[in-house]
Amino acid sequence: MTTLLEKFRPLEEKRAALVASSGEDPFHVIVERVVSATESVVNGRKVIMVGTNNYLGLTFDSDCVAAACKAAKEEGTGTTGSRMANGSYAAHVALENELADFFNCPAAIVFSTGYIANLGVLSALTGPDDVILMDADCHASIYDGTRLGAAQVIRFRHNNPADLEKRLQRLGEKASRTLVVVEGIYSMLGDRAPLREIVDIKRRYGASLLVDEAHSVGVLGEHGRGLAEETAVEGEVDFITGTFSKSLGSIGGFCVSRWPELEHMRYAMRPYTFTASSSPSLIASTRQALQVLSRGVELRRKLWNNATRLYQGLTEMGFDLGPEISPVIAVKLPVSIEGDPILLWGELLSQGVYVNLVLPPAAPGGCSMLRCSLSAAHSPEQIDVVLKAFAVVSAKLKLEHRT
Amino acid sequence: MQSKEEILDQLIELIRPYAEEPIVLSEQTRIIDDVGLDSMKVMELVMQIEDCFDVSVPLNILPDVNTIGEFAKHLETLLQDS
Repeated sequence: MTTLLEKFRPLEEKRAALVASSGEDPFHVIVERVVSATESVVNGRKVIMVGTNNYLGLTFDSDCVAAACKAAKEEGTGTTGSRMANGSYAAHVALENELADFFNCPAAIVFSTGYIANLGVLSALTGPDDVILMDADCHASIYDGTRLGAAQVIRFRHNNPADLEKRLQRLGEKASRTLVVVEGIYSMLGDRAPLREIVDIKRRYGASLLVDEAHSVGVLGEHGRGLAEETAVEGEVDFITGTFSKSLGSIGGFCVSRWPELEHMRYAMRPYTFTASSSPSLIASTRQALQVLSRGVELRRKLWNNATRLYQGLTEMGFDLGPEISPVIAVKLPVSIEGDPILLWGELLSQGVYVNLVLPPAAPGGCSMLRCSLSAAHSPEQIDVVLKAFAVVSAKLKLEHRT
Repeated sequence: MQSKEEILDQLIELIRPYAEEPIVLSEQTRIIDDVGLDSMKVMELVMQIEDCFDVSVPLNILPDVNTIGEFAKHLETLLQDS
């Protein structure tokens, strides 16, 4: 007799094989103690965290922590319900106003996570007569958002404007009812969308454009508004979604738009309507973090210095990396060394460096990757420790390959 | 406008490189269970089909597609509508 749970057996067998081959479960790491924005205790020892997406290091910013504590004391630990049912706290609305001001947009909506922001916006904005034309490397939340909605979904080849145009052209009259979806910085390879070309194409075909700036807010642009700011096309981007769980150091998501009608969508988004709203402490620390981020020129300089230091060091060691220097650095591993990605990841951990292990199909192109993400809070000395760990591990593996 | 048979033949040629083992591909061949495509390869195949037939193939049809013949039938409809 088969049960509902039977379908998980192949998954468990695969997981067990991974653990058996490496002695570690790379997808169930326990962070025993958080020491700082860049260090935690894992397996009983202090390690440098190089996979947290904590780009500006604001999780331990003293003003953000103080704001969160104050809000928890004054307004409690949670809101215990959705904004439409329980009402919006004044701070939710204040954060929306502050986000709208920050992005120079007439409308902003705050969501409980970045994932929910994409689910809500994509499913509500497009209907059965509309089309979503998305970059093939878009995040799972974008794929899932399209599944929650009813629009026709078409993919174009990653960062390939000509491929996008070919597909828009094919849509004929439907092009004007098409939402093109791209990301500011892609979460796996760390590369930027060619946004100026994409904006030019969407303008010519009368399509709309949504840019997910989850990994680029706080990271790109003079004021940290992301790739749209960096490429000077903010007036042409129709919707920007993003998260509070990276540069802003908390949890939550948002959408801002140059169209005031975004406000009407609030009442049509099930993922907004039926999720408990963010707790007062999260909203308070995010509001504080947004202030820090908007004045964060120095933080961004440190972040990019760290990214450049690591990227250049790894390049010199001969690692195959993502296509451009970025706070997300993907160390791509050859497809032929099956089993080794986990050993390599485990070796880094034993050297005191935690990175994200990415196995197919999560990594584009079917390869395995060791994904690093940098923080402004990393010191240059920490980056050197990370480089040393990669060097030791690389040498050790080569030795093993020879025997 | 291609005939039903031409669509099927072209589709089989597009799918053939994905076969992990040399198997005979026909209308009844199941794309995932028999040919061995994983979800990522199915996505890549869809883009190749779009370019080969110059037609938009929404991912929404994929849950209804099991065999090569079913895919060919969907393609025929999409080509008629385009």
